[in-house]
Amino acid sequence: MAKKIGVQTYKLDNPVYIVGRSSIVGDKEAKGPLSKYFLKSTTDDTMGESTYEKSERSFMQKAISFCLKNSKLNNADIDILIGGDLLNQMVTTNYTAEKFGWPYIGVYSACSTMSESLAVAACLLDANVGKYIMCVTGSHFASAERQFRGPLELASQRQTYSQWTVTAMGATILGKQGKGPKITHVCFGKVVNYGVKDIANMGAAMAPAAMETLVQFFLDTKTSPNDYDLIITGDLGKFGSDVLKDLLLQKGFKVGKNFSDCGHIIYDASQKTFQGGSGAGCSASVLNSYIVDKMEQKVFRKVIFMPTGALMSTTSNQQGDSIPCISHLILLEI
Amino acid sequence: MRLEKVDSVQERNKLYLDYIEAKSPKSSWAKSLFHAFLVGGGICVFGQTVSDVLKACFPLLDVNIISSWVNVIIISITIILTGFGVFDRIGRYAGAGTVIPITGFANAIGSSALEFKKEGLVFGLGAKLFYVAGPVIVNGVTFSIIVGLIYSLIGLF
Repeated sequence: MAKKIGVQTYKLDNPVYIVGRSSIVGDKEAKGPLSKYFLKSTTDDTMGESTYEKSERSFMQKAISFCLKNSKLNNADIDILIGGDLLNQMVTTNYTAEKFGWPYIGVYSACSTMSESLAVAACLLDANVGKYIMCVTGSHFASAERQFRGPLELASQRQTYSQWTVTAMGATILGKQGKGPKITHVCFGKVVNYGVKDIANMGAAMAPAAMETLVQFFLDTKTSPNDYDLIITGDLGKFGSDVLKDLLLQKGFKVGKNFSDCGHIIYDASQKTFQGGSGAGCSASVLNSYIVDKMEQKVFRKVIFMPTGALMSTTSNQQGDSIPCISHLILLEI
Repeated sequence: MRLEKVDSVQERNKLYLDYIEAKSPKSSWAKSLFHAFLVGGGICVFGQTVSDVLKACFPLLDVNIISSWVNVIIISITIILTGFGVFDRIGRYAGAGTVIPITGFANAIGSSALEFKKEGLVFGLGAKLFYVAGPVIVNGVTFSIIVGLIYSLIGLF
């Protein structure tokens, strides 16, 4: 059983290993700087389906199939599927769970869904619930755009502080035995709301959530930023990352070159995404490609993975409510 | 920003929002205006050219009919470019330059039609055709009434 240390952090009795992983991205992401790390990419973001909602499902199902193949496990070896996505009622994951037929726990924390799934799965495995758990999440630019913004072909300008929802999926199988990177600590986030209402400015809304979880984790574990090779957030983007650094500095923690953000590194400046990528698939795909690759090469040995999620709905936003945000953290070691 | 020293959440949020407002990257006014002027002006020049050509070819046509034809031509071109997925790129560059002329309205209708036909002809396309353009019509009509009332009041004296 995981042991609580401090206020929010849990140390696993037995580390939980990443035994399989996959990342699958769309065309724009495949043209970005992390191209060579992704397992698969496609130039057809419809995946041959008639709607973008269906193509998102198809992306997710492919990610799971590739992940199974990567782990050399069979369908029957998976005990539970944990995952979520950005679409209303998490239809993408629901239909995917129906297709594979595993017992399913749906979790939603918007773009922090990957770390939430992994944290929940790690605690379950540590408590002897199941042997292998599949975690999956992702996002699709077109389906997210039509749910959160408006028609795709609408000729409107984006704010300079906005971000671009990635078309990407990431799947991870966690198991109790393995030799790859392992999860040793998890820190469940609290909902944090600093009053930002502008849904185009996600970085500003989510940075305080990342700061509060990270600071609490440092206090709980009695560590500091220098103890880690990489501290990576999910989709704060360039602007949000700068805000987070400022907020951390106020709390007396200085992060340097070991800090990064998946959204910031997934696109380069020429791709005109302003502050970078966003969406649940952003951190999920970067974790299952670049981060774990580099850990297996022992470039990074201790990694804090802590994507952030904005928990508003379009309705709450139109009614003038500010954006509640959350950040769940996992510590990966090799 | 010194968030440490504040007592209440309201105070903290206000400090934070002020900080965000000051720090958020801004778009360049000069650049946006220039792009809007270039494309918006270009659309107007094109419209005027079509109008002059029509006038030269059909000297007997009424001015109102010519201006209707100019609208029909510009709207059709916009809808076709929207359908081919080109117009949103022009709009991203031009901003108000494509929103203000009739092109903005045409694109709002065309893009909604394309987007929502997947949910069916009645509850998709039918219900959401004016998803973006609806507010424009409502505001347009409302303000027309207000301006009309003001004018008629002025006319009384």
